[in-house]
Amino acid sequence: MRGRGILGGGGLVNQFLQLLLAGVAQGCVYALVALGFVLIYKATETVNFAQGDLMMLGAFFALTGSTTLGLPYWLTIVFALAVMAVFGMLAERLVLRPVLGYPAFTVVMVTIGMGYILRGVVTMIPGWGTDTYTFATPFADAVIRLGAVVLAVQQLAVIGMTAALCLALYLFFRYAKLGVAMQATSQNQLAAYYMGIPVRRVNMLIWGLSAAVATFAGILLAPVTFVHSNMGFIGLKAFPAAVVGGFGSVPGSIVGGLIIGVVESLAGYYLPEGFKDVAAYVVVLIVLMVRPSGIFGETARKKV
Amino acid sequence: MRFIFKTDYRQDIRLFRHAGYVFWYGLLGVVLVAAPFVLSEYVISQLHFVCIYSIVGFGLMLLVGFTGQISLGHAAFLAVGAYTEALLQGAGMPLWVSLPSAALLSAAAGIIIGIPALRLKGIYLAIATLAFNVIVEEIITRWEGLTGGNGGKHVKPAELFGFTFDSDVSFYFLCLSLTVLSCLMLINLLRSPTGRAFVAIRDSEISASCMGVNLAKYKTMSFALSAALTGVGGALYAHKITFISPEQFTLLASIELVTIVIIGGIGSLHGAVFGAAFIIVLPQVISVAKDYLPSGAAGISGLQAIVFGVLLVAFIIFEPMGIYGRWLKVRTWFELFPFYRQGMFRRQKSYMKSERLR
Repeated sequence: MRGRGILGGGGLVNQFLQLLLAGVAQGCVYALVALGFVLIYKATETVNFAQGDLMMLGAFFALTGSTTLGLPYWLTIVFALAVMAVFGMLAERLVLRPVLGYPAFTVVMVTIGMGYILRGVVTMIPGWGTDTYTFATPFADAVIRLGAVVLAVQQLAVIGMTAALCLALYLFFRYAKLGVAMQATSQNQLAAYYMGIPVRRVNMLIWGLSAAVATFAGILLAPVTFVHSNMGFIGLKAFPAAVVGGFGSVPGSIVGGLIIGVVESLAGYYLPEGFKDVAAYVVVLIVLMVRPSGIFGETARKKV
Repeated sequence: MRFIFKTDYRQDIRLFRHAGYVFWYGLLGVVLVAAPFVLSEYVISQLHFVCIYSIVGFGLMLLVGFTGQISLGHAAFLAVGAYTEALLQGAGMPLWVSLPSAALLSAAAGIIIGIPALRLKGIYLAIATLAFNVIVEEIITRWEGLTGGNGGKHVKPAELFGFTFDSDVSFYFLCLSLTVLSCLMLINLLRSPTGRAFVAIRDSEISASCMGVNLAKYKTMSFALSAALTGVGGALYAHKITFISPEQFTLLASIELVTIVIIGGIGSLHGAVFGAAFIIVLPQVISVAKDYLPSGAAGISGLQAIVFGVLLVAFIIFEPMGIYGRWLKVRTWFELFPFYRQGMFRRQKSYMKSERLR
């Protein structure tokens, strides 16, 4: 896609580097959506199929922030993150908490239903609808030339912002009281409850955090794929990312996302047409056959 | 309330538990046979869909409801069945060759996905089947020489021993008889040792294997049977639609198939039929309801998605046993007339049950 357009003559190595960069940039978006999956899964053992749709909704809020409200880029991000964090918490309270304790597959179906509702609602809201919108960024189409290698600023910004977010999340989980409480909750709910952690409220906050991370992914993706009501389907590519990394592992989701992004980018250029779309799924099938719990996943035996 | 005095173990596994069953199912049979001669063409054509989706629902119910495996890739089996039927019929094969071939090829596909599934559980299995679906869809799109790619493929009416099922009524009877056959097959399967093994695996894999159930064998068998039924449904679907193309077998189609099982009521064959009927009737109801809405809301494309999503969520929150569960409650209310209590069907929430193996 993008990588292909800016390929000039260049050597094979340059070409490869540019493909790699494009892949990593795309992989960052997958990684962030996958991170959202993993956060929710670790905390509540729910697989949120609506994660991509949360991302889509976040991108639409960002769009409203930057066009209707006329906010600058950075304030737009803050605005969208805040709105979506509240939305995520509301979703947990109103939709997910009533089905707490139901079989996993039932809960999955609830999130699928939520995805349908979000996609439908977005098309009904005036100013959003079924149209496709461009999302303005300060990076535009600028490029940096390093010798023969042409680097798109857009892609570098995506990578940089993802890295910054990961660092912030790492510090949050490592040092903040709430972050440690979230870790405790996702490791063992009962023990966390005994230690005085309000488990339900923490779960609600995790949904808020996850929705915010998804929104961030949506904002990064928006300049590439534009903003439309079906952009959430990219969540289906983030699934393989989360599984490749091991579904219960936060660093795993980042690594998985990058792997999927790079493989997809390379497959799109070096393999015949059609492989790009299925590359992610082929990778996940191979990983599942070799290591059923992913690269970073814990293998545990069930004791009777 | 009827109490059955059992004097023989055979009474436990009878097809018809008592005379009431014989009467009501007999009546249902008569109504179904008489239906095409009374109803309008449009309704009959919708009944085709109900039958086809019921067969697919049976297949999925066997896997999801009775063996406890997850599949988000059943549209792939539907596709395999549909394309096999279309290709074999295009090559001049009669229905009695092409339909079993469609079932067999789908079963083979089911075994292919069933083998990695032996090691996978829960969400990992869901992802594996999802990946399988996407890959099959892509293969169909790219293998243009065989499938016609995105251009799609036309399918002629089915033919059996020189008879062509080209009228609505004759095709209805074809669908109906296959539905009844697959239903009977499943009922018989589920009361046999094989069916009991499936249910044992659903309830607890560990205790099932301790009791001597060969997990690998029965899981693969369940996948194969489920895929075969779905393949039969796919073959009929191809004849019904008369034009098949890859975008009919996407992941969204798979999710729609799963909703049949969930909304109908997981773990019951009735549920598959109820769910199928529900999925077919819902769009009609929505399109009728649109006429009564203010003109601004009527033209909105997202309405159907919203109604679908809201119903799905509402069903799971308020009626986890689906339409069949609601039917059971209504029936019990009448059977026990003044003595029905609110909490009779309350399910126990298992907060402590965790997939995480600690």
